[in-house]
Amino acid sequence: MNETITILQQNLGTALWDTGKMVFISGFIVVIFGTLIGLFLYYYSNPLFAPRPVLNSICGFVINAIRSLPFLILMVVLIPFAKLVAGDPYTPLGGAVSLSVAAIPFFARLAEGAFAEIDAGVVEAARSTGAGFILIFQEVLFPEALPALIRGVVLTLISLLGYSAMVGTIGAGGIGDLAIQYGYNRYNTGVLVSVIVILIIIVQIVQWCGDRLADHYTR
Amino acid sequence: MSQIELKHIDVTFKQKKRTVTAVKDVSLSVEKGEIFGIVGLSGAGKSTLVRTINYLQAPTNGQVVVDGTDLSHANAKTIAAARRKIGFIFQNFNLINNRTLAQNLAFALTAGGYPEKQQPKRITELLELVGLADRQDNYPGQLSGGQKQRVGIARALANDPDILLCDEATSALDVETAEEIIGILKEINRRLHITIVFITHQLEVARSLFDRVAVMENGRLVEQSSTYDLFAAPQSDMGQRLVNRFLDTDLPDKVKAQVTKQTGQLLTLRYRGSDSLTPIITKIAKQTGIDINIIQGRVEFIQDKAIGVLVVFLTGSAVAVSQAVQIFHQRVDYVTEVSAHE
Repeated sequence: MNETITILQQNLGTALWDTGKMVFISGFIVVIFGTLIGLFLYYYSNPLFAPRPVLNSICGFVINAIRSLPFLILMVVLIPFAKLVAGDPYTPLGGAVSLSVAAIPFFARLAEGAFAEIDAGVVEAARSTGAGFILIFQEVLFPEALPALIRGVVLTLISLLGYSAMVGTIGAGGIGDLAIQYGYNRYNTGVLVSVIVILIIIVQIVQWCGDRLADHYTR
Repeated sequence: MSQIELKHIDVTFKQKKRTVTAVKDVSLSVEKGEIFGIVGLSGAGKSTLVRTINYLQAPTNGQVVVDGTDLSHANAKTIAAARRKIGFIFQNFNLINNRTLAQNLAFALTAGGYPEKQQPKRITELLELVGLADRQDNYPGQLSGGQKQRVGIARALANDPDILLCDEATSALDVETAEEIIGILKEINRRLHITIVFITHQLEVARSLFDRVAVMENGRLVEQSSTYDLFAAPQSDMGQRLVNRFLDTDLPDKVKAQVTKQTGQLLTLRYRGSDSLTPIITKIAKQTGIDINIIQGRVEFIQDKAIGVLVVFLTGSAVAVSQAVQIFHQRVDYVTEVSAHE
């Protein structure tokens, strides 16, 4: 019991901080690029804009290819790339690189779905005013898709939290790494249970905040 | 030159391996300031046709000329500019749900290049026009269907359009609200001299709103006339079907059977003007020696002109009855012989 408390006191803060860094850095990158790619997919598949079936299928193929790889394998394959971008792949920043690559296609699909769900009539009405695409995006697509995008962000953040544990075990640190090193490898059940409880609380909080925010933007 | 000219418009859609023709060789012109209607059943191609006017739907063949600009050979910029002068009102309103009424209108104004500083004033003006001045900061979800359509109208009018296209603009509304919207559109047409093209399957709308009307069936334009002429004497099959159903001269089967127990001929007569048909009926009865019973009769007003609708039953000798039917055909605008077992 005392040992558990000592381990947690010494390591929990750093672990949480590392996990937070990984999740938020990758989350930020994923939302920006994922939204853009999702919008790109929507724009080139929607008959109201500029359907380009070939371009769309190529893009779709690349996305599906990345998503086909189990994260464990993708992570290993991406170690050289993480090294190139972040310098040291075995840091939270290095971990965030492979997390981003894995999650961008995932979020892009969610974003595409969020845009595609918008009532085609509303988009048609927007086009009938003579508005250009950027204005339509700002004033129609974005506000109408925002609740669905927020729910997608929540889903993505929770997945990133889960995958960050895997990145942690190859050296990027974080709360998952703490659980494996002390809880599993050193048979300290107390640490394992504590980490599980903390993860459950974090996921609940993220989901609750996301739902509230999504509701706030739904009129 | 007419304000809107459609010349030999075809629209086809490729669906998998099938090609679906939505509009076939439609030519029509709409004059400045008139209210032009297109009626037809759903699936007749009306919605597709009206969307070619602002090029939301590019025609497969044919030419669209609006205010002298040939949109068929125009670039995206010219089409966007044309759209700013063509308002569009939809059946399902199509407002941006997560934006306030003011923001919905601001979007249309920005799209039309309206200076941002003057937008608030213009928004108030537009909402006043449709009687919703106090609802600026409401979201569409807080409005009733009729109120949403008023916002739709305000949005369509935002950039002082020359033309207003209405796609079943009253079809999602109850009768009373629909009449309200029709009233607003009439007022707009009268005061602002905006040309209106309105498509609908509701003949009530045609009766109370249109100056001229075209009938569509299976992608083709089968008839075009003044609204009054369409109701008084429809020429095409589809026109007759629509008008007959609207004027509802079909008798219930039970009544039909009872009346026609005797041998004779059931006739539906439609005639222009509010004058009574009685002199003609009396004269024909005298001339041919048959009996004429009036089963049903009423007067409809279309564009402030009357159309009489009368269902009569002729009895007498077969020769005399057929002679009388012939005379009716000569003297009355529109005659249909109703058989008992239709």
